[in-house]
Amino acid sequence: MPLYREATSEALIVEDPWLRLADDAAVPADGMVLVSFARWREARAALLARRGPVGVALANTDPVEALAPDVSRLDLVTLHFPKFSDGRAYSQARLLRGRFAYQGELRATGGVLQDQAAFMLRCGFDAFESEQKGFGEALAKARTLFSIVYQPAEDGRAPASLLRLKRRNVLVS
Amino acid sequence: MPDTHFYRYDDYDRSLVSERVDQFRDQVRRRLAGELTEEQFKPLRLHNGLYLQLHAYMLRIAIPYGTLSSRQLRKLADISRKYDRGYGHFTTRQNLQLNWIKLEDAPDALAALAEVDMHALQTSGNCIRNVTADHFAGAAVDEIEDPRIWAEIVRQWSTLHPEFTFLPRKFKIAITGSPNDRAAVRVHDIGLRLWRNAEGEVGFEVIVGGGLGRTPMIGKTLREFLPKNELLAYLEATLRVYNRYGRRDNLYKARIKILVHEVGVEKMRADVEAEYAETRDGLLGLDNETIEAIARQFAPPELPPRPERVSAVEALKLVDRDFALWLKSNVAPHRVKGYAIVTASLKPAGAPPGDASAVQMEGMADIAEAFSQAELRVSHEQNLILPHVAVEDLPTVYVALGRLGFAEANVGKITDIIACPGLDYCALANARSIPVAQQISNHFASLARQHDIGDLKIKISGCINACGHHHVGHIGILGVDKNGVELYQISLGGDVDFGKTALGTILGPAVTADKVVDAVDSLVGTYLDTRAAGERFVDTFRRIGAEPFKDRMYAAL
Repeated sequence: MPLYREATSEALIVEDPWLRLADDAAVPADGMVLVSFARWREARAALLARRGPVGVALANTDPVEALAPDVSRLDLVTLHFPKFSDGRAYSQARLLRGRFAYQGELRATGGVLQDQAAFMLRCGFDAFESEQKGFGEALAKARTLFSIVYQPAEDGRAPASLLRLKRRNVLVS
Repeated sequence: MPDTHFYRYDDYDRSLVSERVDQFRDQVRRRLAGELTEEQFKPLRLHNGLYLQLHAYMLRIAIPYGTLSSRQLRKLADISRKYDRGYGHFTTRQNLQLNWIKLEDAPDALAALAEVDMHALQTSGNCIRNVTADHFAGAAVDEIEDPRIWAEIVRQWSTLHPEFTFLPRKFKIAITGSPNDRAAVRVHDIGLRLWRNAEGEVGFEVIVGGGLGRTPMIGKTLREFLPKNELLAYLEATLRVYNRYGRRDNLYKARIKILVHEVGVEKMRADVEAEYAETRDGLLGLDNETIEAIARQFAPPELPPRPERVSAVEALKLVDRDFALWLKSNVAPHRVKGYAIVTASLKPAGAPPGDASAVQMEGMADIAEAFSQAELRVSHEQNLILPHVAVEDLPTVYVALGRLGFAEANVGKITDIIACPGLDYCALANARSIPVAQQISNHFASLARQHDIGDLKIKISGCINACGHHHVGHIGILGVDKNGVELYQISLGGDVDFGKTALGTILGPAVTADKVVDAVDSLVGTYLDTRAAGERFVDTFRRIGAEPFKDRMYAAL
């Protein structure tokens, strides 16, 4: 599955350095491992005691709040779209980024299509697994598709209401 | 004089809408080139208002809070002529539907809309839909505050909201600023009612989980009083709870009303308040300057003083009985003395409810320009409103509306029927709605008789999805299909008036299409024979119950 990350001018396909660990597989002593939420719950202490980075793959029904105390110890969280039309992971993403201040890689998996890329970026995703042809090109353009946004989200863009306030204040002064 | 007395787009709004047209043009191109499957394309076109109906694509154009300028209505007429068959259908959600759009023309139609600061964004799909509001807003005598200010604030916040574009199901918000609710706030996913508390502050009662469809429910109060500047943060908290926990396993159980019903309103409230506690101090708090800047755009027009009592009007009343009836049913008091709110009935006898031709739309635009500050409203009862007409001009407006066929004195009466498009257009319908409405309308065409019968709301849906709101009709008619035969189930006693909101009681077995008029006639007969002085149809029903109506109706069939 091609993995995309945003680069400065274009979206790049990158190698995925993470090892996706099956729930019954032994945990390697080092290296980057991605575990399920169930495995994380069961072996949290052992996983954190390892030398290598750890990531957690959440289903869209897993309680994202459970990761809150550990966000600074995680390097990857994957959020899953079972279908592109199932939007629960957008809320999980915003909570991770906005409320729990998670700084690591936030990856979208599953039904990841180019026409959703702009929404995903706004919710704080920064990596995408997509099989869709043309996804990389679309991702590169997704931040500039709309020059205006109407609501604050996790991409730091100032919504139109704030720009208007600034403009009025500038005009007044 | 500015073009409008409601929200005017600035360069930000215009950029967004025009960039959206460009994006959709590219999506249509990819669909036509086979790069997108229909499954992938479907939500994209739905988010731009494009449905696939029985015979063709249908474009549902947003008319936010039902407010239109003459210029905008002329453009709608143009678009209907150029890209459709020269007519459109005003809907119960204050939108306009064009029923014969070609996919390859849709981007051009949207670009034409953008020229007059309009769009078809989020008029379908599982997102926050076009926000509706009281159609008398800004003109009503009983108004506490213009609900459109808040509808516009919600419109902007909900437009292309990155978190809430793939909700479990569609999400409808309605706002009223008057104690007499004309926006049906108890039958929406979220209803907002502005009211003044004991301290004299104005805030929102937030109502959640109402709705019609196959599982009709009356909304419950989530928050008794919400300070106005907290509106968006509170809505975001509510939508987040719904997005995370609303059911997605069954299309028919995915609306927020099912979530509220299953977890109970107390648990829903606790979840929303817990979420809200985390978000309330965030960036969604509304500062006064932002609210006031939007409120200024809705500042009422300066209406020059005009006489309250006009002898010509009084004289015409005496000689023209239809005009007198029209004043009673189609003209409502205005907050400014010397003015009135006029409802143009899009239900002339025998016509499909809510339809208007391009010529009629242009005619309405002209009348509004000459007599109503170039402003119109679409009501959820599928009529057009002229919000600011001088009493002195009423005779002229009456004649002008009459030329268009829109001066029928039947607003709120038995022929002011709400009906969905039904099997004539809709892929979901089980039965036809429009022909049934037309038959009833023809049968009760006499204005004197209609006024004798008084206020009576008939609402007709062609299937269980209830787009014709049959659950809340005084008489509700639901089309069902039984082994390929169209049958109609009749219910009584539904109501959307605030404080009296009720769902209708089904009378008994469904009747065949040719018996619907007889059935309605019998129900009316029972009412006329039984009513106490001053009682409306629905009042009599509440007093005597369903049995007398039912017995006589089935005996007559």
